[in-house]
Amino acid sequence: MEWQFFVELVTNGMLTGLMYALVAVGFVLIYKSTDAINFAQGEFCMIAAIVVAGAIKLYGFPVWVAIGTGLLFMLVFNWGLERVVLRPMIGRPVVAIIMATIGLALMFRGLGPLVFGAETRPIPLPIPDQPIIWGPFFMAPIDVLGAVISIGFMAVFGWFFMKSRKGVAMRAVADSHQVSMAMGINVERYFVLAWMLAGFVALLGGLVWGSAIGVDTQLAALGLKVFPVVILGGLDSIVGVIVGGIIVGVVEAISAGYIDPFVGGGTKDFTPYVLMILVLMVRPYGIFGKPIIERI
Amino acid sequence: MFHRESGYFKTTYQADMALFPLPIGRVAIAGLAVLFFVVFPIVMDDYYLTLVNLAAIAVVGALGLNILLGYTGQISIGHGAFMSVGAYTAANFAVHFDLPFWITIPSGGILAAAVGLLVGLPSLRVKGLYLAIATLAAQFIIEWTLNHTPVISGGVQASIEMPRPVVFGNTITTPTEMYLFLLPISVLAIIATLNLVRSRIGRAFVAIRDQEIAAEIIGINVYRYKLLAFMISSFYAGVAGVMATYYYGVANYEAFQLPISIDYLAMIIIGGLGSVLGSVFGAFFITLLPFGVRIFMETVGVFFVEGVYLAQVIAQMRLIIFGGLIIFFLVVEPEGLNKLWQNIRNYFRVWPFSY
Repeated sequence: MEWQFFVELVTNGMLTGLMYALVAVGFVLIYKSTDAINFAQGEFCMIAAIVVAGAIKLYGFPVWVAIGTGLLFMLVFNWGLERVVLRPMIGRPVVAIIMATIGLALMFRGLGPLVFGAETRPIPLPIPDQPIIWGPFFMAPIDVLGAVISIGFMAVFGWFFMKSRKGVAMRAVADSHQVSMAMGINVERYFVLAWMLAGFVALLGGLVWGSAIGVDTQLAALGLKVFPVVILGGLDSIVGVIVGGIIVGVVEAISAGYIDPFVGGGTKDFTPYVLMILVLMVRPYGIFGKPIIERI
Repeated sequence: MFHRESGYFKTTYQADMALFPLPIGRVAIAGLAVLFFVVFPIVMDDYYLTLVNLAAIAVVGALGLNILLGYTGQISIGHGAFMSVGAYTAANFAVHFDLPFWITIPSGGILAAAVGLLVGLPSLRVKGLYLAIATLAAQFIIEWTLNHTPVISGGVQASIEMPRPVVFGNTITTPTEMYLFLLPISVLAIIATLNLVRSRIGRAFVAIRDQEIAAEIIGINVYRYKLLAFMISSFYAGVAGVMATYYYGVANYEAFQLPISIDYLAMIIIGGLGSVLGSVFGAFFITLLPFGVRIFMETVGVFFVEGVYLAQVIAQMRLIIFGGLIIFFLVVEPEGLNKLWQNIRNYFRVWPFSY
């Protein structure tokens, strides 16, 4: 029974981790193309989920229409944000960008409940409630769905970045803004594209997490959860996001299963951070991150 | 303001190194001192004095963060955690060993500095965004440790009741007394920072901020100065934590969680990075903002919102206005309130000419 407990913790941890990866890929996307870290990614997920759940609850939209509305909203919304807030931040010190996204995060946390009401709402995705029982193991269907979406999306995303014309252009922009401008790439257009993609990812993350734990401002805490994921994997690596996600998910599950009973709970909120610091000491740019070469 | 800067000749090194070289500066500072130490305690009623008290605490913390972020360029999202270290240190010393405030305040600062040193250790290898997240990790780890270590945090809801400070035999109880207790500490912190940033250490900090590799090449021991910056910053944070503990009368980690760290970041962004005056402006601005929002909502908002929801809407409006202001300042005036003040001052300095 002991090993079964362990295996169950690990499998569920991996599923959760893949769901984290889905949120975390939004950070990577932004960082890769615009060199900014987005402290509001959790809030993006929250806003997307609140819009979808609000459309279902307040206006009686069917689920798919509501999701479409959410998608449209996130794309337009992020396009606007990039224009108004984030474009002036290009080339500014790191702290300016961090603070701008923190400012956004705070605004969303106020705006979401102000516009759509503060109560917790469900997102009724058409999936079964009963756990999937496979031998002695239990898995929640939403976790499995989340993991599948996550893996599928990563595959598409990897293809997009490696093969498609737009993806290659985006990588060029990430590498050097100046050189890509000289090569005839419209850098600003790709910034907008990156933020809109991040909005799309946030919608996916918001849907999966929203239907897993319910939609309210608590969803924004996801943003803090996925920092260890992106840092462990390296801020600019898609493979890193998946690996980091799985590591964090498993570490969380194991610390919740084995350490919590001895110290009275709450360890899973910070063990990923401890692990992250240890990794940073050895590899300052994460496991798969690209080292930044500094010059005068 | 309406003065000329010419005609003052410095004949000694002391005169050249004076903090306020112009007579007008000394007069203005004396005037401010009278205003803050004599007029305010007499004129202001208790409610406003408590607000100024909160701002006085925030000034110390903001100065500390500005030394680290504004002068040395190292990001810290764990400032609140250092404050909590100072707070619990002081509370334990005051409760278990019955020590007076002039020991608890520095000791809280010193222990916070030691923790800051630990957190700063990765700063040589880990830079920029990665460092920001590492300090965020420190915030969570310190919070959790305090909450789950009854030896430090007193057990019941992780809070320790703080005895009232005794100054020259008087126990401090009223807001006015508290004001006169806290304000000198803030003033001391301001003067110390003003002198620090123009010393050898301060110049090394600025060199590291502007170009780390270049600083190393001209012979600055980057690692040592980065750690020093972390220690000094955490010392300030620890002192601010002790002040807050004396002010609230209880040491509790909940008063120093992540939102507080973000508040302090907002203070120095809005006030002005790398400026002592900016830290003071920012501290007052951010501390008074929630009260301003409340007054505004209670007078204007009642026409739009039903009474039952008002408290909730005020909380949400506070977040929106707070976030909006951060973004506004970053986009429109990146150098913050300090720059606005400089503009006003420069206008009058050359008045009636344009330059």
